[in-house]
Formats: sequence, C-alpha cells, structure tokens
Amino acid sequence: MLAMNFRGPFRVRADRNRPYPEIKHPQDAIVRVTRSCICGSDLHLYHGLVPDTRVGMTFGHEFTGVVEELGSAVTNLKVGDHVMVPFNIACGACPFCQQQLFGNCHESNPQATAVAGIYGYSHTAGGYDGGQAEYVRVPYANVGPTIIPQGMDLDDAVLLTDVVPTGYQAAEMGGIQKGDTVVVFGAGPVGIMAAKCAWLFGAGRVIVIDHIDYRLEFVRNYAQCEAYNFKELGDVVVFLKKTTGWFGADVCIDAVGCDAAGDAFQSLVGRKLPLTGGSATALHWAINSVKKGGIVSIVGVYGPLDTLVPIGNVVNKGITIRANQASVKRLLPTLIDHVMSGRLNPKAIISHRLPLEEVAEGYHIFSAKRDNCIKPVLIPPHARA
Amino acid sequence: MENRNKPEPDKAIEADNDRNIANSPKDHIPGWGIDANPENDPTYPMKNWNGADYQRFNYDKPTQQPIDVEVLHSIERPGVSRVFGTSTPPTGISGAIRRWAFKYSESTYLHWVPLVLADRVNVIEGYIDDLKHGIVPNPFAERGWQAEWKYNRKSLVKNVAIGVAIAGAAVLIMKQQNKKKKRYVM
Repeated sequence: MLAMNFRGPFRVRADRNRPYPEIKHPQDAIVRVTRSCICGSDLHLYHGLVPDTRVGMTFGHEFTGVVEELGSAVTNLKVGDHVMVPFNIACGACPFCQQQLFGNCHESNPQATAVAGIYGYSHTAGGYDGGQAEYVRVPYANVGPTIIPQGMDLDDAVLLTDVVPTGYQAAEMGGIQKGDTVVVFGAGPVGIMAAKCAWLFGAGRVIVIDHIDYRLEFVRNYAQCEAYNFKELGDVVVFLKKTTGWFGADVCIDAVGCDAAGDAFQSLVGRKLPLTGGSATALHWAINSVKKGGIVSIVGVYGPLDTLVPIGNVVNKGITIRANQASVKRLLPTLIDHVMSGRLNPKAIISHRLPLEEVAEGYHIFSAKRDNCIKPVLIPPHARA
Repeated sequence: MENRNKPEPDKAIEADNDRNIANSPKDHIPGWGIDANPENDPTYPMKNWNGADYQRFNYDKPTQQPIDVEVLHSIERPGVSRVFGTSTPPTGISGAIRRWAFKYSESTYLHWVPLVLADRVNVIEGYIDDLKHGIVPNPFAERGWQAEWKYNRKSLVKNVAIGVAIAGAAVLIMKQQNKKKKRYVM
C-alpha cells in the first residue's frame, strides 16, 4: 500500500511498497484512511527532535477513515463506519482512562511511561505506524474511534482528532474567567484554535504572539484577536507587561513547544545541538509575561530531556502550570456540538489539500512555511474519487 | 546507632503499601486529614476524579497483544503494555544502541542521549538498506524541494549557487595544496 516513509531528519517519501496493516489484538480495527493531516508536532519528528524516531516509520496521528476490518472483541463499530480517530491510543480501562485522562493511558505505550501511545509518533509514543497512509491499524477500537456525525464535513472531522481538542484544552487548562486577558504564544494551527476557543471561556482580550506575518494576519481575522510579531516588539515580556497595565496577562498559553524561535541560546541548545528537550523560548516568555498568581497552560510539545525555563519565577510569582496532551475522547462531545452549531469552523484553517503521493512536498511546505501554509491535509488516492 | 524509622526499600516496593489508607499511620498522627479538601483539585476538569487511584491495581486489564516482534520497554514499568506498535523493531547497530539505552530509566540522560545517537546511526543504515533493495535515495525529492522550486525558486537558486561556489572553492584550494605537497616531496 501507499504510505509515508520517514528516512531521516527533513527526508520523507511516499512509498508504494509498505505492508498492509494486520489485526494484532482482538480490539484492533483496520481503517481505510480518508483524510490525514500533517500536524505541527509531526514537524518535531521531521526535524529529528524526538528521540527514538526510527527510519522506516509512518507518521500521522490526525486522521479519519472507513472501518475495513474488525478484531473479534470490537463491539462498538461495524465495517463501513466512517470514523474520526483521536490521536491518543487509550485502553479505556486503566485508572487514568477511567479518570478521562485518555492521553495518559497506561496500557498503550511500553517504551515510555510519561505518555500514552500516539499513532505514528516515534517509539517514544509506542512505535505505532500512523495515518499518513492508505490503511492503518487502530488499537482499542472500542474506545477511541468515533463515528462522524451525519452532516459533518470530513475536513472538520479530521481536525477534531487533534488540533481542535488541543487548542480547546489549552484554553480550558488556562482556567479562563470572564474578562481575563489571555496571551497565546504561537500562531500555528493549535495556537489559532486556542485563541478562538479562549472566547468560548469568556476571555475579555486575546493576544497572539508569533513572528510569521501571514499567520498573524490569519489569526487576527479567524479568531478576532490582537496579534503581534515579536520581532517588532523589542522585549516581548516588557510589551506584554505594558499592555496589561504592568501586571501581566491573567493566562498565558504555550502553543509552540520545542521548535520555538526568538532566542539564539535556546535555539542553539534546544534545536541545533540538541542538548535539551527543545527550545523553550515560548514557555520562558509565558512564565515571565503572566501575572503573579496567574496560570500558564502548556500544550506545546517538548522532548523528554531537561528544558531551560525560569522555574524560580514560577515559584516567586505563585504561578500555576497546567499541561497535558489533549484528552480527545473526553472533549469530542463538546467540540462536535460547537462545530455542528457553527460556533467553531475548523476547516477554515486548512490551507493545503495534497495527494498523499506528495507527502514530501507537504512536509516541506509546512516546515518551511511556504505558500502561506497554515494546515496541510493529505488525501489518499481512493478518497479522491 | 540503628535508625528505627529507616524504611526498608524492598518492603516499600510492595504494592500493598501504595494508596492503602488502612495501613497508613493515621491513628498515630494528630490531625491526620483534618484539612483535606476535595475541592482543592487543580487537575479538574482534565481529570475526572473518581477514586480510581485507590483501586488502581484492580482494573480489568485488556488482553495482551502477542509479543511476536522485539519490543523494548521502559524499566519504569514491569513489562510491555497490553498493546504496542510493531513498526520498525530494533535492528543493526542502531538497534544495539537502543537495547543498551533501555537499560536505563526515562529519568536519565543515559537513556535519551543514546536514543538520539541511535536515530542518527539509523539514518546511515537507512541509506544502506535502500541500496540493498535497489532503491537509490533521492534527497531532492525526499526533502520536498519540488515545492521549494515552485514557491521559493529565487532563494533556492541562490542557495544552490552559493553551495556550488563554496564546494568549488574548497576543491580548488585542496588541489593547490596537493600540488604544493608534491613539489616538496620531489
């Protein structure tokens, strides 16, 4: 079958000779992919920043598809169902899943205890092949896959598997109260969704910080917020203090993670060498820009190594830090309602629809930010008919 | 002098000691639990507290996926999780490095740094494997430079020209140095 094949940092190809996935467990399903996104966090893999990313792996953790085969213990789905598949692989039975921490499942990732299994996200996240393929194995099919509601656009559905829940949970973890000033670092797809969702929690003011002008322009229009280029601000923290009456924002959201630009030292030790868990520039700014007693919400992805953050300021300012991988399954009922009622319009962030065969171009366009790319979606050959 | 309060590590590892209120010293500690406040939960709403922490050894574990490929597992857990990915099991030199890395916990650099090294070695193994299977890697296609040609042609041409110029200059310098060496030898 046709699938993306990782060959090393900045090198991927569309490979027509990948093996068709097999049922390996009674709760498995095989899904024929209809849409698959390239996620901003896929770029961390693509850039070689996530340890144990092996050559030959297929990435892709945001996808929809049609159920083709079912294991003997799958009771919640039938062949032919069109489903959206949350990026977290969750058993539904362990204490963490029972508490709806589906991103922290204890029975889906042998390689690392810090995170649940994630489709196509290195062996640090369980070693599963992902959805940038024609077919994919979906474990624990009774738990994750959710039938796409009638009338929902497929492009909306595929974005409900990661980027929308992640942006929404970023705002939710911010504990936003009515009238709060919320600063979102990063105008990538997750930052855009976080800014949009901050209003749903009653934010009084939403500010987005990035350095890519076309993305700032997009988020200004899409999320009706203020947006600033940090390269034009001088000291970002001083700017944010000034614009919040010298107090700092009520809530700061890190929607960037380990690939952050803006600080030469962080970039050197976190991205170029890399000696730390990533360039923590956005998180550094978030901690220093939030008010005393404020909340910092982190959804940006970092590697497992130590990361340079001003932890002393966290203590001295009495900051609450909240962070997690999005618990997609928990959030889906709320988000489906928001989409179906028109409060959220996720598909508007899709800037590129590419055939799966052009996966290498897709990664390059997204990584190098060519052609005003916001969010690329890959479409397998059988879904283009 | 013997410290009677010193815990014995082996006993501390017993599962029964964890979250077992019945065995906790609550009767001997004045005020035990007097300020406990269920509302003081910064994890809400991400975590739907249901008391499962107290039942966490007794959940119905899913069936074990047959382990028919080599699966490395963190030493911070007793074994392989009930399901796992079967993509790209460890092989070759990179596989040997990964096996070594998994002797150490996720808490140590001895785990993560060798894994990063293994990833880089794996890239070279990938080139060899491609050639073995009659595939000539095409770095231009794999890097998606067709898109660069389409959307950023001017800059691509400039960068390639600079690269060619630097490589050309390096070759010229090396040639001149070789000529000088030959003169001295004669």
